[in-house]
Amino acid sequence: MTTHDKRIPQTAPIQSATFTNPINAEIRRAAATGIYDIRGGGAKRRVPHFDDLLFLGASISRYPLEGYREKCDTRVTLGTRFAKKPIELDIPVTIAGMSFGALSAQAKEALGRGASAAGTSTTTGDGGMTDEERGHSTKLVYQYLPSRYGMNPDDLRRADAIEIVVGQGAKPGGGGMLLGQKISDRVAEMRTLPKGIDQRSACRHPDWTGPDDLEIKILELREITGWQVPIYVKVGGTRPYYDTALAVKAGADVVVLDGMQGGTAATQDVFIEHVGLPTLACIRPAVRALQDMGMHREVQLVVSGGIRSGADVAKALALGADAVAIGTAALIALGDNDPKWEAEYQALGTTTGAYDDWHEGRDPAGITTQDPELAARLDPVEGGRRLRNYLKVMTLEAQTIARACGHNHLHNLEPEDLCALTMEAAAMAQVPLAGTDWYPGKPGTGY
Amino acid sequence: MQSFDLASQSLRDLNATLQAQAAQTNATQWEILNPRGAHAIAVGLDAPIEVTVRGSTGYYCAGMNKQAHVHITGSAGPGVAENMMSGTVIIDGDASQYAGATGRGGLLVIRGNASSRCGISMKGIDIVVEGNIGHMSAFMGQAGNLVVCGDAGDALGDSLYEARLFVRGSVKSLGADCIEKEMRPEHLEILRDLLARAAVDARPEEFRRYGSARKLYNFDIDNAAEY
Repeated sequence: MTTHDKRIPQTAPIQSATFTNPINAEIRRAAATGIYDIRGGGAKRRVPHFDDLLFLGASISRYPLEGYREKCDTRVTLGTRFAKKPIELDIPVTIAGMSFGALSAQAKEALGRGASAAGTSTTTGDGGMTDEERGHSTKLVYQYLPSRYGMNPDDLRRADAIEIVVGQGAKPGGGGMLLGQKISDRVAEMRTLPKGIDQRSACRHPDWTGPDDLEIKILELREITGWQVPIYVKVGGTRPYYDTALAVKAGADVVVLDGMQGGTAATQDVFIEHVGLPTLACIRPAVRALQDMGMHREVQLVVSGGIRSGADVAKALALGADAVAIGTAALIALGDNDPKWEAEYQALGTTTGAYDDWHEGRDPAGITTQDPELAARLDPVEGGRRLRNYLKVMTLEAQTIARACGHNHLHNLEPEDLCALTMEAAAMAQVPLAGTDWYPGKPGTGY
Repeated sequence: MQSFDLASQSLRDLNATLQAQAAQTNATQWEILNPRGAHAIAVGLDAPIEVTVRGSTGYYCAGMNKQAHVHITGSAGPGVAENMMSGTVIIDGDASQYAGATGRGGLLVIRGNASSRCGISMKGIDIVVEGNIGHMSAFMGQAGNLVVCGDAGDALGDSLYEARLFVRGSVKSLGADCIEKEMRPEHLEILRDLLARAAVDARPEEFRRYGSARKLYNFDIDNAAEY
């Protein structure tokens, strides 16, 4: 009798939970090509996130504000510590740094238009400042990156703030990457590089290492810009307590903290998925560092990485952030991964929602490309309008929640407004597990 | 000559004053007394003025310089003339790490030695060092010329792009993708001009040229050990 005898019960085929089909496909791809997988975006794996938190809302012990009638302020000022001209925003949602090069000129213009219409700031990226984005952004943050591509004192002085990028959530400890397909004539000229090469930026700044040097670098930038504009320090989420404390010690006006769900234009998948902390795990340690130094609300905290909705905004602010930044969500608002391009996604071997080969420059939506024909698909005026709408909706959603919790300013949201659905989220956010008054690590509980 | 004494006047006032000099200023000559290793001296200048720093400086002296001619009579701390756009910076003594980092234009002359990472990520600046330079110099150099009249340390020109390197003495080792290249007549001419502008008495024929092998410009698994 054999095991193929249909008269007896058979062992069902069992797929390995360790060697899954996607894992096996990646092994085969690596074996065939000899190169690690490079992609754009942030971590795709499931990690504890804002979805694992709930607001409690008003009850007998707290009363709500009247929706649509009673005011709930959304304004935020960034850079109040040293800058003569802090950045005043109408909403606490900013646009994160994304480069011309990674994005088309039209996409950068659309981001500027949308952010300006919503009363918030946008940010340059690893490639310098273009006239288009300066012209269409009423408030533009100029990134100061290890590569220093396009860096010059004139652009430094026409920025509304400077963001020293130490790292980003998608690849803390890694440098930028822009593959040859996207190094067009204009991108090459701005970056002083040969056209068509695979550009790999340095992961460390070329002229400073460590917090003591950073303090001097900040001094230099302030001296060049006359102490006029705020200086942010952006870090990837790894050691948020110490990184925040050191940035403050070095003299930052604003700390930008980017969790692992934060996107990148291109880097190794293994980097994106296996290095760094979830955004949710970053906020409380950073806020504690600010509080321990007596600098909470004096040095503003901007959180990014996986912010998608007004609920996410409200939760980040309730945990102590002053503002958030969005990148991937802004691109989706412009039209990234839109189902209307499904046939073209299929032709690229992917599907709507999963397209992440931004480094290849063949984006059907015309956003993450330097191909003139593809880039022309994005109308910057229409894109800007869509982004403005999305930012307005996020703000209205956050206000809805804040009013329900009885707050007349988004900044009045607090951890006490929250509970967690999972033990992990409770531990990371340091808010009680739903229905309890306890979270793992709560002082005095012994757990 | 206008004089500014950092023993009694503030760095902020110094930089604000120098930065306010327009192209047509009559106050074209400045001296800075008692620098005492202060950081960020004479940064962000944008006028064809002559600034003499009488002493030694800390970090980032003449950072992002445009047009100005800055002369440091002592030695310079890390990042001197970082991201310089144009003009001239001359150091009579030695320079610490990262001299001329990411510089995009202008001429940086170091009469003494330069420490490690001289010309790191240079993007068009010309650097002439009369003495020796330390390790990892011209790392990821993109454009411009680095002239070393003495010896170069380890890993010269690692991950080099299109910057040109000229060394008269020995090179302890070359970095990834950096190779010695033929010194052709046009290179001798470039070198002759640089030495003359830097007022250095040396013959171009005594130098050797190094540049990028361009093997790392596009990823190739067979070069994985170099990445």
